[in-house]
Amino acid sequence: MRVLQSLLIRIFYAVVLLTAVLILNFSLMYLAPGDVADTISQSMGGADKEVLDQIRADYGLDQPFPVQLGRYVGRILHFDLGYSFFYNDPVTKLILERLPATLLLVFTAQILALVVGVVLGVISARQPNGIASHFVTMLALFGYSAPVFWTGILLLIVFSLKIPWFPVAGMQDVTIEGGFVVHALDVLRHLVLPAITLASIFLALYSRLARATMLETLGSDYVRTAKAKGLAERHVVYKHALKNALSPVVTLAGLQFSAVVSGAVLVEAVFSWPGLGTLAFQSIIARDTPTILGILFFSALVVIVGNLLTDLVLRMIDPRLRGRGA
Amino acid sequence: MSNEVMTTVRARSPLAEAWDMFVRNHAAVAALIVLFLITIGAVAGPYLYPTDPFDMVWSPFSPPGEHGFLLGTDYLGRDLLAMIINGARVSLLIGLAAAMVSIFIGVTIGAVAGFYRGWVEEVLMRTTEFFQVLPTLLFSMVLVALFGASLAMITFAIGVVSWTAVARITRAEFLRIRELEFVIASRASGAGNAKLMFTVILPNAMPPIIVQSALMVGTAILFEAGLSFLGLTDPNVVSWGQIIGSNRQYILDASYTVTFPGLAIFITVLCISLIGDGLNDALNPKLRQR
Repeated sequence: MRVLQSLLIRIFYAVVLLTAVLILNFSLMYLAPGDVADTISQSMGGADKEVLDQIRADYGLDQPFPVQLGRYVGRILHFDLGYSFFYNDPVTKLILERLPATLLLVFTAQILALVVGVVLGVISARQPNGIASHFVTMLALFGYSAPVFWTGILLLIVFSLKIPWFPVAGMQDVTIEGGFVVHALDVLRHLVLPAITLASIFLALYSRLARATMLETLGSDYVRTAKAKGLAERHVVYKHALKNALSPVVTLAGLQFSAVVSGAVLVEAVFSWPGLGTLAFQSIIARDTPTILGILFFSALVVIVGNLLTDLVLRMIDPRLRGRGA
Repeated sequence: MSNEVMTTVRARSPLAEAWDMFVRNHAAVAALIVLFLITIGAVAGPYLYPTDPFDMVWSPFSPPGEHGFLLGTDYLGRDLLAMIINGARVSLLIGLAAAMVSIFIGVTIGAVAGFYRGWVEEVLMRTTEFFQVLPTLLFSMVLVALFGASLAMITFAIGVVSWTAVARITRAEFLRIRELEFVIASRASGAGNAKLMFTVILPNAMPPIIVQSALMVGTAILFEAGLSFLGLTDPNVVSWGQIIGSNRQYILDASYTVTFPGLAIFITVLCISLIGDGLNDALNPKLRQR
């Protein structure tokens, strides 16, 4: 019961956050110079003031701010994020077409960074002055300091142009024929470089924290007890210590979701990955405001869902959190 | 070290003590020197090497070292060295200014939340969480796209999305320090809220804020590079990210046009993060007692 209750509280809170994003979105649109009427008149090749006023009245742009805001939120509740005059498509359709690509990239990168980061952290914590430990320190510095789009381009130059192991751009090869498995493998091959690029920033962060928490847990009493009662070193490290060292790293990973989505925008631009980032980039160049704001809304949604998932994972690995509210 | 020994040591200013600790971190000192040189290059470079970064000085893609161009020319035949020197100004300036904006917002919100507690804290921390949910880069892309890509707008757009970490740290420090005896003492002797916040608590909360601020400058430089890589930059100035963005279609012919400006960003941010590490060593009281 308490688990259900805390889940409901979290979902309610997520809805509140999303509503706040909507209000922000609308305020930005309201404050920005130029409106839908300008966009339409531009596509018609100009219009006089009467026509502009007519368009504004048709779209309710002459109404006061609260009325317009209310209508906007009402439309969103019907999954209507507006219409893109640049793509000639509803914004919701545009975004849903590209959302899976971004989700695939974001979650692959997060999982890759977490798994490799924790493994590196554990290895270096077992030998605090070993080669692995220095490697983690170097990696952390590189991951923090190198611009992610530059890392991506360097990987592209080496592993795609100089050594043609991986494709240069896109998410799939349209010329390939075959069943689901063939296509899945093809997408996977396209995914390798973008995912490694995006993971490189967070890998550094996670391995550093994993190393620190592992060092702390390895020095604690219960680990010494486990060793003293004759359990194998490996067993102690991976079954006892790792379990406790894991939750701070997963917590950190959860906090990074908005940064991962941000990084995905740049990585998508480098690898022409057909996701939300590429769409955002194109619609910003085209000054397609409804699409831009729709993407901001959906990316906040991705972050919130990512946070909820992190919370579930934390409850799975840390029994102390189970049944605790909020 | 026992208290007895401590009292016999001649009292030194905390600043001198911190500097001693900082100097012990050789990587941080080296980074400080390199960053100093980069700053000099950014300030004086355009006078010492007066080639106009927008001028077509040679045919495109002249490789580094040939025809008298140390770093070669880009896809429009512009001198890459001149572009990087001039780009340093924008990158460093925006990095510094945006970091200052975000530190100002973060410290103010964190201080007020940690000092007043209650519903004020609740509202401010929920606002902070709200900003943590928005993907930072996308949000600042939206701001720049809607309100124009002037340098001031870019600075504001970076600063307004990246203050959350500073706010959290400041709040945590204020929560801790406001309960300490010397704060209670100065409250008892009649200090007002503003005085307590800014002259009593804030100076003691500074060490972690300073470390975070140093890292913020690095993050802001990366941020600006990302925006200008995407083309969201003032078209009248050169910046490092923009050089990479405009040359990236030609990496097959001339990968150096991307490698060099990227190296400039990498080295600058690396120096800043090493200095941040050094500051952490110098200002973290737990380490100093060892």
